[in-house]
Amino acid sequence: MSKDKMQSQAVQTTGHAWDGDLQEYNNPLPRWWIWTFYLSILFAVLYWIWFPAWPVAKSFTPGVGKITYVDAKGVTKTTGWNTRADLMREMNELAAIQKPFFDKVAAQPYAAIAKDPDLNNFIASAGKQLFADNCATCHQAGGQGKIGFFPNLADDDWLYGGSFEKIQETLIQGRRGYMPPFGEALSSEQIDLLAHYVLSLSGEKTDTAKADAGKTLFHSETAGCFYCHGDDARGRPVIGAPNLTDKIWLWANVPGETAQEKKLAAVQNVIKSGLNKGVMPAWGQRLKPEQIKVLTVYVHELGGGK
Amino acid sequence: MQAGIEEQSALYQKRIPIFQRSIHGSFRRFKWAVLALAYGVFFGLVWLPWPRGTEPSQALLLDIAARKFYIFDFVFYPQDLILLSVLLFIAATLLFFVTSLVGRAFCGYFCFQTVWTDFFVWVEHLIQGERPARIRLYKQPWKSEKILKLGATHLVWLLAAFWTGFTFTAYFTYAPQLFVDFFTGQAHSTAYLTVMILTVSTYVAAGLAREQICTYICPYARFQSVMYDQETLAVAYDEKSGEGKLGRASLRNGMKTLVERHAQQHGDCIDCTLCVQVCPVGIDIRNGLQYSCISCGLCIDACNSIMSSVGFPRGLIRYDSEVNLKQAQPAQPKLHWKRLKVLGYGAALLAMTGFLIVDIASRSDFDHAVNQVRAPLYVLLSDGSIRNRYQVRITNRANHDETFRLGVRGIPEAAADFGNFHEVTLKSGKSLMVQVSVKLTPEQAAKVTQFEFTVTPRSRPLAQRLGQARFYAKDVL
Repeated sequence: MSKDKMQSQAVQTTGHAWDGDLQEYNNPLPRWWIWTFYLSILFAVLYWIWFPAWPVAKSFTPGVGKITYVDAKGVTKTTGWNTRADLMREMNELAAIQKPFFDKVAAQPYAAIAKDPDLNNFIASAGKQLFADNCATCHQAGGQGKIGFFPNLADDDWLYGGSFEKIQETLIQGRRGYMPPFGEALSSEQIDLLAHYVLSLSGEKTDTAKADAGKTLFHSETAGCFYCHGDDARGRPVIGAPNLTDKIWLWANVPGETAQEKKLAAVQNVIKSGLNKGVMPAWGQRLKPEQIKVLTVYVHELGGGK
Repeated sequence: MQAGIEEQSALYQKRIPIFQRSIHGSFRRFKWAVLALAYGVFFGLVWLPWPRGTEPSQALLLDIAARKFYIFDFVFYPQDLILLSVLLFIAATLLFFVTSLVGRAFCGYFCFQTVWTDFFVWVEHLIQGERPARIRLYKQPWKSEKILKLGATHLVWLLAAFWTGFTFTAYFTYAPQLFVDFFTGQAHSTAYLTVMILTVSTYVAAGLAREQICTYICPYARFQSVMYDQETLAVAYDEKSGEGKLGRASLRNGMKTLVERHAQQHGDCIDCTLCVQVCPVGIDIRNGLQYSCISCGLCIDACNSIMSSVGFPRGLIRYDSEVNLKQAQPAQPKLHWKRLKVLGYGAALLAMTGFLIVDIASRSDFDHAVNQVRAPLYVLLSDGSIRNRYQVRITNRANHDETFRLGVRGIPEAAADFGNFHEVTLKSGKSLMVQVSVKLTPEQAAKVTQFEFTVTPRSRPLAQRLGQARFYAKDVL
């Protein structure tokens, strides 16, 4: 008890008394608090001097801090401190870390890159980033594409060829997939027969008689399907005509339908309307050669190449 | 004046300075021994070389930048975080176990706050003299003697604090290199900042704040009472024999022998206050167990030395339990370990220590992890079969290069395509990711939902390890 009393100190009042008995406590702030406060004022002043701070008419005080960075065109610039320049400077630093790897990719042929485990690890991560930034908008994050819109890069079907060289060519030049509409050239019965045949090629159950008739039509001059898709209907990568005999569907969403009529309708629709939306933009001007090379290996790995 | 204002206590209490008197005795000797050991390990270990070939040759190095933690012959990686969790769990359980047996043994003897404060007080004693001299100096005006002595004390404190901060930092980077870089101004700014922060915090905590850290800042001081039982041994004052019926009494004439004192119904305590003078937290142990008491045992040393010198029985202040002190005739204090709580802590301690030892002993020289590529989860291929892709990461933890062979179990060997990396060679400490695609026909896929990857080091085929993987094909079947 005695100790408690000793420790408690009487609180002082400001000394004024209002209305005879109203008084005000005087509890000064702790020293450490005061000093923290003064230090924060000092900090603020230094901050104003170093960074852009005060608005002045239509401008502002730029601060004495400077940032030097290399912009996208390779020009070295020095500006007052601002967040964009700071970001550019950080990006320069990161690019410098990546440079040895990109240089290595640029210097080696594809066959050598494919055998280098460290470069493969680099491409798996750097390629993923490049793919996400440039390709994933259409081809989706994992390259799985979307039936009826964008081809799947993760399967083993390559419209224009799956070698490193072909993939690089596709990336640099872009591609334009086109199939003429047959809605006016052929009757709807003929289109129905063709649809039966095309479905049967992929192992779907169809009316055999109709499919056989469709086969004849496929190879006839009337429809002329074989010009692009080939005599064996296995497609022609040179012009990007897809293989019709595999299980992969590019435009007609056959796997998404369960009813026979709907599958037929999907195929009929493609034959009738044709296609001219299979456009892959050219990236040769937009990306650096070493970036294209990284993407080539990345996409090759996605689908296993050919 | 309004009544009640005088009774208001201030929000902020100024520190009451404590001038700790030095004392000799068994607890003090034990504390010096702990201090010597702790300082020897802390300041010495960082300089202990440990040859590791191309890796840094420092016995204990926590290389955060490279994410590698070297502890003698072991190298730990961030994925071994579980071991750190277990170690922390062991530390906590050990603390609880010891506390419920013998009170705050950690606080009094092993806590770095106590050890550093002890050292700082020793410096103070060396430069300014014993307690009375220090009190005299404290009351003096600021003249040359006071400035000189206090200045010297604070300078030595700052140097000790600096070396503490530097040593701590040196555990996180190669110490000899840091030493050179630091004093030639070439070290990383983080190193300077860390050393500065630790210098200041050590100086403030051990030099200025001292017992306030324990009473106001340390949470453990506040919750340790939860672990105390009636049977817990703690530093305690034997009130019955110390106070008698009429209380303590000084050693005046007619009160000099035990017979005389007991006849007049006074206790053994001669109220010399030495136990208060030696207390590092400035409490009077005779008021009973208090939350500020860090259980350092110095008051036991003090009381025993006085009792011996006046020929009274020792042990007026001793380690004893509340339940024993309550008895009419207190028995010899002993450890009460046959309690459910103590046994529980002990069991947890044994189990986790066992786990840690077994886990470290059975550590393999390499690490592997299988991650499935989830976007897309599966791909339908042109011939109707289904492909899943995986990323297998292998880390070579051995201190030599190793070649690993990858394989599969539970599916045909031909179904897995490892590309060019069926076999990979990894340098010591390096890790590599291998992309694998697995292709199954719908018939196979219908039967397989799970399989294993095998990772086999070529030099020791028996050390093969398995990595579980799933095969997804549900939606296409």
